[in-house]
Amino acid sequence: MSTKSNPVTEALAVAGGRKPIEATAQPDAHAASVKRIVPPGRFWTLNLKELAGYRELLYFLVWREIKVRYKQTVIGAGWAVIQPVATMLVFTLFFGRLARIPSGGLPYPLFFYSALLPWTYFAGALSGATNSVVENQRVITKVYFPRLLLPLSAVFSGLVDFVIAFVLLAGMALYYRVTPGPWLIFLPVFLLLAMFTAFGAGLWLAALNALYRDVRYVVPFLIQFWLFASPVAYPSTLVPERWRALYGLNPMAGVIDGFRWAVSGENPPSPGLVAASAGAVIVMLVAGLWYFRRVEATVADVV
Amino acid sequence: MAVAAIRVEGLGKRYRLGDRERYIALRDVLARAVKAPFRRRSGTNGNGQAHIWALRGVNFAVAEGETIGIVGRNGAGKSTLLKILSGITLPSEGSAEVRGRVGSLLEVGTGFHPELTGRENFYFSGSIRGMKRREIDRKFDEIAAFSGVETFLDTPLKHYSTGMQLRLAFSVAAHLEPEVLLVDEVLAVGDLEFQKKCLGKMEEVTRGGRTVLFVSHNMGAIRRICTRGVWLDAGAVRWSGTAAECVDAYTASAEAAAETGGGIFDLRARKDRYGTGAVMLRELRLLNSEMQSRPSVEFGEPFTLVFDFECSRSSPSCFVGLTILSADGASVLGSHHYDTAEMRALLPGSRHTLSCRVDPNLLKPGRYSLQIGVLDYATWECVDLFHSAGDFTVEAGSGRFGRLADARPAYVQPVFEWKWN
Repeated sequence: MSTKSNPVTEALAVAGGRKPIEATAQPDAHAASVKRIVPPGRFWTLNLKELAGYRELLYFLVWREIKVRYKQTVIGAGWAVIQPVATMLVFTLFFGRLARIPSGGLPYPLFFYSALLPWTYFAGALSGATNSVVENQRVITKVYFPRLLLPLSAVFSGLVDFVIAFVLLAGMALYYRVTPGPWLIFLPVFLLLAMFTAFGAGLWLAALNALYRDVRYVVPFLIQFWLFASPVAYPSTLVPERWRALYGLNPMAGVIDGFRWAVSGENPPSPGLVAASAGAVIVMLVAGLWYFRRVEATVADVV
Repeated sequence: MAVAAIRVEGLGKRYRLGDRERYIALRDVLARAVKAPFRRRSGTNGNGQAHIWALRGVNFAVAEGETIGIVGRNGAGKSTLLKILSGITLPSEGSAEVRGRVGSLLEVGTGFHPELTGRENFYFSGSIRGMKRREIDRKFDEIAAFSGVETFLDTPLKHYSTGMQLRLAFSVAAHLEPEVLLVDEVLAVGDLEFQKKCLGKMEEVTRGGRTVLFVSHNMGAIRRICTRGVWLDAGAVRWSGTAAECVDAYTASAEAAAETGGGIFDLRARKDRYGTGAVMLRELRLLNSEMQSRPSVEFGEPFTLVFDFECSRSSPSCFVGLTILSADGASVLGSHHYDTAEMRALLPGSRHTLSCRVDPNLLKPGRYSLQIGVLDYATWECVDLFHSAGDFTVEAGSGRFGRLADARPAYVQPVFEWKWN
């Protein structure tokens, strides 16, 4: 490190003031990283290198979220299971026993639970991501770190609950004597699809919520609407053939169908539907990243 | 040759008034958008909001290893400048270049969560400031020792007192090892003991060759720690030069704004006060030996300081303290009122006057600044504190202590008994 005894050779032009001292600066000989701060430009960049540098913070954000959630709770991890199980029971009774929707050969509880599992994860990750920026407003106005980590951490912290609830799913599959097959390999793929969907939509909502605070109230309604637009309470075969691809533009349709299939082996989802879902996710993710980065530039001023 | 660690060129930051509104609802935005084509263009932008430039045309450069102090009234743009340099917000025009890892101390307790334990908050806070886990592990003991809360590390933060939280927060932040450190008046919090500790740490950091940008109202600290100073006024650089020059220029103008007459310091409207505010200092008067308020006294002349204060909340154990600092920030003399007067329980709504007669006057000729405060005797917490309430001068005069009094090196010139044997 250079000592203070080096002669100062810097310019200090004072706007309308007293001491104009002209001097020139030497070209940089140090290898230290230089950060250039300029007004937000037209094109956004995704600084992956920077994000990778902050990966430890991502871990800490997720860890903090989980610790706080489970501290001082009595039921603790049980919460992860109660919601999908309760919904599953209600659906089994009303959509299954009473309405008798076609379940493609699967026992109703399994039919609903295998859909509710990824759905619950998605809904939780989406609401978490939406609120992530606003909830951390104090931090983002005081310290710099890539804001992208906030919705991203919500997407990851939901996985813990997912894993816990998945154990129950495995138990159910065993109970109903569903033998696992090669299709099980696709389970992580569909889970990944769900994560990308939550992240893409979460980016949009997080940015919008930081700017306009009433967005937060729209989200529960949005999720509810999305629930019924997804094949959770009914199979996607209910949708007529020619509309199936359009229906697939809802990424969760691909996720749910795929998930059910990966668990049970029955009713493989139509490729058109899955392709549409994957395509929709990519578009949503790219657009979400663009919008979020745009808002990120000035979020500290308005949040 | 020195390399510029920080270079700022034409930096400007514009805020839309109303950006920080509590609640911007989407429906309002949509309604405005619908109405926009029908609204005539006014002097403000299309949204009907005025703009304010928090910073405009700011240029300066800081060489590596320099410590630069930034002074200015509240609202001058100092915090905005730091925020831009930390990357928290982007400028509206101009550019800035920062060389090296940046650490910013804009607030203590960033990222603290009351449910987590001290240790957990520790790690999280360090991580969010950019420290790697290994680094935190390595420095854990050092940080814990500095903070003084080692025994409580495994209790949730919500059980900590404010003082303990502050100490923990500052310890984590202070042990960053960035190449460029940006500090914004964090040292304004906590009790005097803690503030001293923080200042000490800051000095240590600056001696380590880091580049430091220090925003503060504590003129004494700036004089002591910084080599250069920049005075920001209403978003523009008004003065730059050595730290001492800058502080002098600033205090001369701030005083001019604050003083109502020679030797009278009106503190009511002053913004640079720290503390809980249960008691508010209203006025400080400097009286010479003839009880006349003057901005200067003679060498050897006893003088009196009068404190007027008002109590807004019940304060059972407050005391008034005074420290006289030299021109370069050294604490020369200090006294607390309970040394010779009784402690009184202050009732809300009451007004009091306390006077302190400095007799004999042992200060050598020169310029001194007055740090005054009301503190709580039990917790040593600041209730109302001014790091520099005002300045005064001790003139050489023609008294019996000799003509060359101002040439003597020491600040305090007591009268000792010298005897020929």
